[in-house]
Amino acid sequence: MRYLPLTDVDRKDMLSVIGAKSVDALYADVPKVALLKDLVDLPKAQGEIEVHRHMQALAEKNTPAGRTAFFLGAGAYRHHVPSTVDHIIQRSEFLTAYTPYQPEIAQGTLQALYEFQSQVALLLDMEVANASMYDGSTATSEAALMAARVTKRRKIIFSGGVHPHYVDTARTACEAQGLEVVALPAAIDDEAAVTKHLGADVAAVIVQSPNAFGTITDLKAIGDAAHAAGALMVATFTEAVAFGAIEPGGSYGADIVCGEGQSIGNALNYGGPYVGLFAVKEKYVRQMPGRVAGETVDVDGQRGFVLTLSTREQHIRREKATSNICTNSGLCQLAWTIHMTLLGGKGLRQLAQLNHEKAVALADALGKIPGVEVLTKRFFNEIAIRVKGDANTIVDKLASQGIIAGVAMSRLNPKAAMDDVIITAATEMNTDEDIGAYAKALKGAW
Amino acid sequence: MKTETTSGNRGLLQAEGLIFETGHATGTGVDLPEPKGGADELGGLGRKAALDLPGLSEPETMRHYVRLSQKNYAIDLGLFPLGSCTMKHNPRLNERVARFEGFAELHPLQPLSTTQGAMEVMDQLAHWLCTMTGMPAVALSPKAGAHGEMCGMLAIKAALAARGEGETRKRVLVPTSAHGTNPATAHEAGFIVDEIPARDDGRVHLDDVKVKLGPDVAAIMITNPNTCGLFEREVKAIADAIHEAGAYFYCDGANYNAIVGRVRPGDLGVDAMHINLHKTFSTPHGGGGPGAGPTVLSAALAPFVPVPHIIKRDKGYSLREHTEGTQAFGRMCAFHGQMGMFTRALTYMLSHGSDGLRQVAEDAVLNANYMLTRLKPHYNAPFGNGPCMHEALLDHTRTKEQGIETKDFAKALLDEGYHPFTTYFPLVVDGAMLIEPTETEPKRELDRFCDVMIALSKRAAAGDKDFFKNAPVLAPTRRLDETRAARSPKLRWKRGDNSAAIAAE
Repeated sequence: MRYLPLTDVDRKDMLSVIGAKSVDALYADVPKVALLKDLVDLPKAQGEIEVHRHMQALAEKNTPAGRTAFFLGAGAYRHHVPSTVDHIIQRSEFLTAYTPYQPEIAQGTLQALYEFQSQVALLLDMEVANASMYDGSTATSEAALMAARVTKRRKIIFSGGVHPHYVDTARTACEAQGLEVVALPAAIDDEAAVTKHLGADVAAVIVQSPNAFGTITDLKAIGDAAHAAGALMVATFTEAVAFGAIEPGGSYGADIVCGEGQSIGNALNYGGPYVGLFAVKEKYVRQMPGRVAGETVDVDGQRGFVLTLSTREQHIRREKATSNICTNSGLCQLAWTIHMTLLGGKGLRQLAQLNHEKAVALADALGKIPGVEVLTKRFFNEIAIRVKGDANTIVDKLASQGIIAGVAMSRLNPKAAMDDVIITAATEMNTDEDIGAYAKALKGAW
Repeated sequence: MKTETTSGNRGLLQAEGLIFETGHATGTGVDLPEPKGGADELGGLGRKAALDLPGLSEPETMRHYVRLSQKNYAIDLGLFPLGSCTMKHNPRLNERVARFEGFAELHPLQPLSTTQGAMEVMDQLAHWLCTMTGMPAVALSPKAGAHGEMCGMLAIKAALAARGEGETRKRVLVPTSAHGTNPATAHEAGFIVDEIPARDDGRVHLDDVKVKLGPDVAAIMITNPNTCGLFEREVKAIADAIHEAGAYFYCDGANYNAIVGRVRPGDLGVDAMHINLHKTFSTPHGGGGPGAGPTVLSAALAPFVPVPHIIKRDKGYSLREHTEGTQAFGRMCAFHGQMGMFTRALTYMLSHGSDGLRQVAEDAVLNANYMLTRLKPHYNAPFGNGPCMHEALLDHTRTKEQGIETKDFAKALLDEGYHPFTTYFPLVVDGAMLIEPTETEPKRELDRFCDVMIALSKRAAAGDKDFFKNAPVLAPTRRLDETRAARSPKLRWKRGDNSAAIAAE
């Protein structure tokens, strides 16, 4: 087996040094009935050629985004990732390193984390950010739990614009702790509805901009109302590129801004791994979940970086920890920070503008089709459209013509009573021909 | 040893500032099409906040990160004996496969007709995991080990609720030797943690479990092999007692790599166990993530598996995406889990096969026992009177009185060109040094590391305290002040930061 360096001679020599007759002697503590004598009933070892062939055949049963006219977003976005990004993250020193628990030989990872945290804080207009979370949905769950810790209150209000999967994920995590979750009915443009539910028991209102329907919202008044009621405002998002064009949650006074970072530096990967972004006001930093890197000096006074504030974390605090989280999204976070370094503020603004222009063109083209209504009034790169007929059926029909039109809202949230609504997104990857093909196919879809 | 070169470089080791010190807000390393500049639909909500993110050209970006990378230790450089973390070789075929266009460029919400191959990967992975562990079901979506623990504990919670005992069974038994994530997870899942004290032999004893059992016990969480690197001898009897008391057995599968192909956790009475794909099945650790924590479930817990999960039908695969009309306990994350890790792990499994995976476990255990045998004459080995599993546990007992502790040995190893063992874990052993060589180390690398460890023990015995306290002197930085970092946290760059002033403080 090519990955195993020991030879049979080595094994024999080593057993004799140990003083064991066989490897089975090393498993002496295993109850006899449980120690397998035979191989498990699965195929035996294969070489690189065979395994490559097997996996290639599976990959070819899929239709990758690039082979279609692709307009699907709803929490994951197809953007161009510069070639440099994937090259760097495959360097052995990043790919095959561990969590930087020995900072003197992990300054590469730690400095990149510190730079990442700084970039995230600047992008989201917040004071501090952590070293990343699993993804946007789990980051939003953690934000809800954190708000309950900060306020010592037990009720979380979600707007009807938060991604339905984020609500479901957070509901699972919150209800396990006995927190009450109120998820408002799906609403294309009513983030402010959360303020009607404020009260002395509310820990946080969770709003999203751009929301699951693509709508962007001025969150300032919502934040003011939440604060007046002693609650936090959590602003979540699924498309980080948006903040090259629109105001982020931090500019509206959000206490926690969190969401999905996949769209910068990371491929679609059928849903993961992604990278959750998480930023808070400085006064809450000791209630923040997840790893965080900080600056310090070595004994010679030279600048260096370490993981810090670990007294919040499970390996020190055990059941009193702020979270059970024991990882960040390392390589995805590294990809994010490299891509952001390549973009810079200038490149990000340009990228965001391109996305917006493509979405405006898409909205124009689709809006002209008889029977189609563009439901989103203010948007970045994603819109909701009403179609004639069942949205799922139409999405499937267009897929058979090589057009991935988006996702039916009824697939994301069957309870939304929006069976004729498609969520559709455009990015810099879409050509004018793609948009033309989509419009033409949709026109013929009923 | 203070850097004394004019450049700040030290030979191949290049000094490298922050991107905020070298880049500028108008710089960029991408050439994008020029926007057309028409009317916008932002409703007046365009960004007014500053966006002074530095940009670097492509060559500068490449150099920045390559220079940073060279300050990192990595498994590709040498032995990485970090106990409990399983730093084994990461085959590059796995990386190649994960990047196939048919996997990497696939959106989680595409119509199912366009993602049949992805669901087949998930189905094959599930088949391998279930067959290897002897368990009937698996939840693939948990995104890391601790996330898998949560999944398992929530499945237990749902099963108890379905029996009408959700409000009465709240206590979860956790040995003091457990990973910190176990009590943190139990607490986060709404349970009350009740610790089982450690015993001198490093194991959980049936008697200690029995006295804790009662109608309010929901579950026990046991790591097996445990964090001391030992197999829990009474695990089957403990599982039987737990089940008899109406509770469930959560097994922390962090150390499954020691028994893969040799022991099926299902045969030990396990009800739920997460599998760290980044440990046993060698997906890369990536400087701290992303991991993946699929969680296998017993027949008793299988009905409560979270959404989404795949359903195999005669005409291909389908997905269950909503909990309505099912007993599913909820949802762990937005999409299907860490698909990029599923492709890597399946590639790894197919490469090894059932025979290779068994050899993986045996070689990992052999390597650890070989190191334990060579090192125990020189260090205190608290449980060294019998064989270990995949990791050898030593401690600093012999030199602590002279003031040379585990941390000092670790820092001395940095100068020798090694990543140290895991320090001060498990907590039940004072000054623990937990050494996990893994199966991908050749014998000569083990010998070389043992030679270094033996030389260090002799140096410590000779009382050369200054040598240890000064270490490291050859690493990219010297000992860093972690107290200062925690006391006045500086967690980001801000305009006006002056790094020179920091050093002069």
